Amino acid sequence: MKKKANGGTSLHLRRAGCYVVLVLLSVVCLFPFLMLLVNSTRHHVDIQRAFTLIPGTALLRNIRNVLDNETILIVRGLLNSLIVATCSTVLSVYFSAMTAYAIHIYEFKLRKAAFVFILLIMTIPTQVSALGFVKLITALHMKDTFIPLIIPAIAAPACVFFMKQYMESSLPREIVEASRIDGSGEFHTFNCIIAPILKPAFAVQMIFGFTASWNNYFSPSLVLTKAENKTLPLWIAYLRSADFTKFDMGQLYTMIAFSIFPVVIVYLLLSKFIVQGVALGSVKG
Amino acid sequence: MYKNKKKKHVSYSKWGYIFMLPFFLVYSFFSLGPLLSTFYYSVFENYMSGLNTIGPNFVGFENYVKLFTEGDLLKYTQNTLIMWALGFIPQILVSLLLAAWFTNSRLKLRGSGFFKTVIYMPNLIMASAFSMLIFTLFSNNGPVNMLLQQAGITTESIHFLSSTAGSRGLIALMNFLMWFGNTTILLMAGMMGIDPSLFEAAEVDGATPFQVFQRITMPLLRPILAYVAVTSLIGGLQMFDVPQILTNGKGGPDRTTMTLIMYLNNHLYSKNYGMAGALSVILFIITGALSLVVFYFISKQRKN
Amino acid sequence: MKRKVVSLLLVAAMLTGMAAGCGSDAANSSNASGVDAGAENGGDAETENPESEDPETQEQGKVVNIYCWNDEFKSRYEAYAADLAEKHGVEVNFVIVANENNAYQNNLDQALMGQEAAAADDKVDVFLIEADYASKYTKSGYALDVVKDVGLTEEDLAQQYQYTKDIVSVDGAQMGTTWQATPGLFAYRRSIAKEVLGTDDPAEVQSYLSDWDKFDETAQKMNEYGYYMLSGYDDSFRAFSNNMSAPWVTDGKINIDDQINKWIDQTMEYTEKGYNNKTTLWAPEWSADQGPDGKVFGFFYSTWGINFTLLGNSLADPEGEQTVGNGIYGDYACCEGPVPYYWGGTWICAAQGTDNIPFIKDMMLRLTCDQETMKQITLDTQDYTNNQAAMEEIANSDYSSDFLGGQNHIALFSEAAKKIDMSNISDYDQGCNECIQNAFHEYFEGNVTREEALDNFYTAVMERYPELSR
Repeated sequence: MKKKANGGTSLHLRRAGCYVVLVLLSVVCLFPFLMLLVNSTRHHVDIQRAFTLIPGTALLRNIRNVLDNETILIVRGLLNSLIVATCSTVLSVYFSAMTAYAIHIYEFKLRKAAFVFILLIMTIPTQVSALGFVKLITALHMKDTFIPLIIPAIAAPACVFFMKQYMESSLPREIVEASRIDGSGEFHTFNCIIAPILKPAFAVQMIFGFTASWNNYFSPSLVLTKAENKTLPLWIAYLRSADFTKFDMGQLYTMIAFSIFPVVIVYLLLSKFIVQGVALGSVKG
Repeated sequence: MYKNKKKKHVSYSKWGYIFMLPFFLVYSFFSLGPLLSTFYYSVFENYMSGLNTIGPNFVGFENYVKLFTEGDLLKYTQNTLIMWALGFIPQILVSLLLAAWFTNSRLKLRGSGFFKTVIYMPNLIMASAFSMLIFTLFSNNGPVNMLLQQAGITTESIHFLSSTAGSRGLIALMNFLMWFGNTTILLMAGMMGIDPSLFEAAEVDGATPFQVFQRITMPLLRPILAYVAVTSLIGGLQMFDVPQILTNGKGGPDRTTMTLIMYLNNHLYSKNYGMAGALSVILFIITGALSLVVFYFISKQRKN
Repeated sequence: MKRKVVSLLLVAAMLTGMAAGCGSDAANSSNASGVDAGAENGGDAETENPESEDPETQEQGKVVNIYCWNDEFKSRYEAYAADLAEKHGVEVNFVIVANENNAYQNNLDQALMGQEAAAADDKVDVFLIEADYASKYTKSGYALDVVKDVGLTEEDLAQQYQYTKDIVSVDGAQMGTTWQATPGLFAYRRSIAKEVLGTDDPAEVQSYLSDWDKFDETAQKMNEYGYYMLSGYDDSFRAFSNNMSAPWVTDGKINIDDQINKWIDQTMEYTEKGYNNKTTLWAPEWSADQGPDGKVFGFFYSTWGINFTLLGNSLADPEGEQTVGNGIYGDYACCEGPVPYYWGGTWICAAQGTDNIPFIKDMMLRLTCDQETMKQITLDTQDYTNNQAAMEEIANSDYSSDFLGGQNHIALFSEAAKKIDMSNISDYDQGCNECIQNAFHEYFEGNVTREEALDNFYTAVMERYPELSR
């Protein structure tokens, strides 16, 4: 009896301790977002002068500055980012699932070799092949098109690996056998029977892929130069390196807050899948 | 039945190739080609001097020799590993703790869905924007310094980014914040896989929560922990944008925060195809070896 | 089934793509060598430009591509030269690539090297450069001689400040032209000058700063009164580096000039003695030092810095009216400082292979040679323009700046601009200037020894320019 009571209070104490830690961590995690929002309401000179969490009054001015800046095609940039991020995410998720499915379901000679190969290339940093990549797309006259940003997403080794792990845990091979007996073709099986089962994994990789593509500065900076093609991270870089007569931190923070907004929305919409899905796929960027 | 099944698989094997085809076609075209050309240039002297191309002149392994003798390669490897470890150790500890709490059926934490969602959010901000914010917070007259001075802990402002400990610490802090949510979720998956009856038995025997954690959770979690560690190490070796933007590409002070990829980036910046190629080959060997470890580990895990 | 078709199509597309890739790869490499050859004998580039024989009568391309890294030139063009596009029947297209991680130059280099193969309307017609890397382009053969190729006359260029021509000249041939001159000055706080030196008159304050020894003495006085002489480590860098006795690099070897050593000595002394506030250029602390709470006596600043940067930073209420009473508006004044130097500036180059010479000529004439336009630019934007006659006209007028407490700083600038000597530029100034400042910040912060800082400097420069040695 006594022991139990003790256990009860200590459990309460522990629980209280947990909440304290969790709340603290959450504050730390949300703090950058708060800072972004606050800074986007402040005037450039104020931001430079001192830090505060009290919102300023310059939000409208900053927004107007971003919108009035004729060089920055912000709506176009948003659109470009959406096109690139959406297309590359969809392609990468679909084809990665297909590749993983091939390795998971079919027995063929090069199966194991293919998987080892994918694991191996998963670890190669993008920078390593950047020079050759630029030469290639210049030679193909693909500069200033979205093709070099979208099509390579088909070959996303990390995404394949994740899908493979996910299938391992939640895609019994019997389903495929059963559908074959029902006379379903291989593509049909994959598209209509397997894909729905993989929904949580799709959601997770969508968020990963979308965030990565949305925030990507490196590859677009190699490919896109024309104003009408630029994506949001390129415009942020443009504001960051603005000449000093135009450099405006308020405008910069407004732009960053603006471009993070869509990712946060997508994340919140898909977050329940993330929490389930990451656990099942077990991969990390 | 068994025979029949096998026969069927054989007849379907071509579909395996068909399903993989897009991946391998696209990869060989957009990545493998450029990658091989990078490797090829590693044995040439080839760079841009202004707008003139020097080379390519075949120099054998001279670039490699240069990297090992002049390039401080070891130092940058060390920097990278130290910063990775500084971020990884607290990350794994905090994640273990959180995962244990989230999966503990007796604690019954409320709002855990909210917390799980929030701890992943730092990963959504682009590294460059995140670095800018951290830079502001820890700048010489920044809010952190003001707080420290107001609390009477320091009298003069601390120049965090001009000390090795400070800048490495901040880089580690950012890596920690960006990835601990992810790690927590991974570890939770591992913990949820543990048979609950083990915990019940331990409770009946009067084990303290710490003992339960040490004796039951940890050993059973070891495979997934190792997996997390190795994948995180691979990610760590690729560490680039956080230190690059936080130190303005300098890797200061005294190049103690210069990572391997930052070093590679320096050669890319000067379009030194030869040196960048050689460095890429070395990086490829290191990361490739590590990924084989991962693979070995995963196939072992599957057997268990 | 639809998917099957799609993926088959994709495969087909890939395969044709690959075939195309091989084909154009080969084509490109032969082109590249062609351009290289052209670059080597860039001196007689005009033979490849029949247009330049008689610019006015030639047909020209429909699109003018202008490569730049921000919209400063774009706004100048749109305000003062936009009508030229209509006159020549061309469409002007600005290709703006931000300068982060050298992206601007990388992109421009790519475009220039693909110049021969590019379609007429995709060719680079005009590109903009900065002084620190000017010679990379002026010596490359990709920039056209503004006299021989573009067709400006010596007379057109006569009113430009000599140093702005020197920076872009190769063996006496001028390869670019600029609309701004950017002489440097020392901007100081009148109130502090009155308190410490007993006067705020620019001529008298100048006598306390006229050479580095006097400058140091004044720094000590400032310290005694509780002020900083300078804000940080980089403030005086340009004043030293512009007066080097030899280029950064001669015969592939990097020189550390006496002037650079002097900058290191002086900055370390100021840091140790507390004569500066340990900031770095463009850091928020540096900007804050220019504001109402700043305790810094003065800043080395250039033409563009006064009205754009310094003014904004001096206000207490940035949204408020720009007038005396808002922060320290009216408390700054300028004097020449210890040495003549310049800081900043953007040059316009016509690209080898352009088909828009007549338009470019008109544009250069309008924006960089025309006295009336350039005077107007200064009156509108307070930017200092590259036309001696126009600037002297303003210098001798009753023009005055309320922000500088009624001083006519254009008069001072027009004197200073003539004294700048930029004969010692090299191809490597950008890297050397950046790396030396970065490396020595750590020395000033006390984290490395002078030798270590120097080693780091050499490492960084040689990473950037593999052909150099120490």
